[in-house]
Amino acid sequence: MFDLTNIALLTKDLVVGYTKEKKSHALFDSLNLSLRAGELVCFMGSNGVGKTTLIRTLTGLQKPLGGKIETINNQAVAVVLTDRINSAVMTVYDLITYGRYPYLNWNVSLSDRDYEIVEQAIKQVHLESIVDKKLFELSDGQLQMAMIAKALAQDTPILFLDEPTAHLDLNNRVEIMNILRSLCRTSNKTILVATHELDLALQTADRIWLATSDRKIVSGIPEDLVLDGTFDAVFQFKGFDLKTGKISNEASRNVSISLTGSGHPFLWTKNALERCGYFISSTAKLKLEVAEEEAKPVWLLTSKTEMTKFYALEKLLNALISRDTKGED
Amino acid sequence: MQTLFRNPMAGPDVLGLTSGASLFVATLLLVGQFNPGFTVSLFQNPWSIALAASMGGALVFILIIFIANSVKDNTSLLIIGLMISAATSSIVSVMQFTSQADDLQAFMVWTLGSVGNTGWKELSVLSLIILGGLIISYALIKPLNGWLLGENYAKNLNINLDRSRFLIVIATGLLTGGVTAFCGPIAFVGLAVPHLVRLLVPATNHKILIPAVMVGGASLLLLCDMLAQIPGSTQVLPLNAVTSMIGAPVVIWMIIKAKRISV
Repeated sequence: MFDLTNIALLTKDLVVGYTKEKKSHALFDSLNLSLRAGELVCFMGSNGVGKTTLIRTLTGLQKPLGGKIETINNQAVAVVLTDRINSAVMTVYDLITYGRYPYLNWNVSLSDRDYEIVEQAIKQVHLESIVDKKLFELSDGQLQMAMIAKALAQDTPILFLDEPTAHLDLNNRVEIMNILRSLCRTSNKTILVATHELDLALQTADRIWLATSDRKIVSGIPEDLVLDGTFDAVFQFKGFDLKTGKISNEASRNVSISLTGSGHPFLWTKNALERCGYFISSTAKLKLEVAEEEAKPVWLLTSKTEMTKFYALEKLLNALISRDTKGED
Repeated sequence: MQTLFRNPMAGPDVLGLTSGASLFVATLLLVGQFNPGFTVSLFQNPWSIALAASMGGALVFILIIFIANSVKDNTSLLIIGLMISAATSSIVSVMQFTSQADDLQAFMVWTLGSVGNTGWKELSVLSLIILGGLIISYALIKPLNGWLLGENYAKNLNINLDRSRFLIVIATGLLTGGVTAFCGPIAFVGLAVPHLVRLLVPATNHKILIPAVMVGGASLLLLCDMLAQIPGSTQVLPLNAVTSMIGAPVVIWMIIKAKRISV
């Protein structure tokens, strides 16, 4: 089992920012945060709030304006940034061996142990099939995986990632987050991910760091931050209802439908109706029942005068919309 | 240099190092005008020319790195390098215009490039300089590899950026300056050889690249020199003309064939 009381990194009154023309611009003030061993923390905040700057500071790539960062036994931190790798002809395997550089002498000869660790990193992110490919042959998702493998080969207890899922499709985003979470569980690594993928963060993170507008960071488990309204305060959602996790649709058609049914067909029917501007109400006269016929969903629409059966949701929607334009009840 | 700037177009002649070396050699000649006989003795003392050329190369390199840190953009850097190259060349032209015929002749011959004007005395100096440059280059394998990933990742891999950048400047200044001093500002080889070598040896590890580039560069220059001697004739072409004449089409052809060029 992983130990959640074990502290991996601590900040003491940390001030993070940048210096421009000899003036300091603080992005975050007196941060007192901690990361525990084996936990996955998602760091969220609006664009431009300083997520990258904080990651760079915690990694040691840039100096804090004040305060201190302490890691266990002063161990190094591995990082995956958004920087592009220009060397397109490098192979994935070569890239991953870079992770061993802090342990090598000037001659960069890898020992058997180094090769073992590289192989293990390749296995952990399932890159076996593409290790001999060159970087320019990879998709964005594969490249990101290779960078994560490189960071794993550094064999550090702490791993930071800056927007690892940006520009990736949903499938790749989910895969990356799943891999990160399993690394936390199996290798007891501490992983901090800066991201703006709200839905993924809410479903995978052990804890969330949320950058607020007053240069602080609120830390808490995802559910607490949703329920106490911290998320709403920070993001000021425009048409997104976080508590249901859905986009709020305006009931523009002024038509109410009473919907009954169960399971996934019911949920997706509800989605379709709301998306098209219908209001779902249990007291409406127009009734729609989602039923099942030979293991396939069917839709039974009952109005005052008649009952119609539909075998496809699109047909049902078309019928509803044409009713609407004819002005029927 | 291509690794340091993460730019496939970087090279000692493109970024003005060679012309920096030329400028310093020309300055030496100009100073020589005011005390007759000085120039002659100067050309007989290989150390002074080597020192001047190395300093010129290294100074331009430091200037380029200084500018590189403030522009951060490879294309701008390349344009700035070309401008520095043009500026130093024009100063050299002014010097040529004001210098005496004998000195001018000596300088002109030098700029055409030749590997034949080196006696044992010059060779011993040159080999010491080259040896120094190569030892430093070899010691830089790890940081050079690290630079390939960019500054941030290199730093995260515990590579000392400032020290390795300084050593790269020294090594490049020594190698470019040394060769330029004795063989003249030879164009093109510095830019093209790494690309040609990488097309033959697809490696990004400097442990393989450095010796491969060494052998490749020497072979290419030797080939060009053989052609410059014009087999079956007593005429000798300027080496500089041959390197560009042969090399440029080769690089164009290889880029078109390989469809891509990278660091």
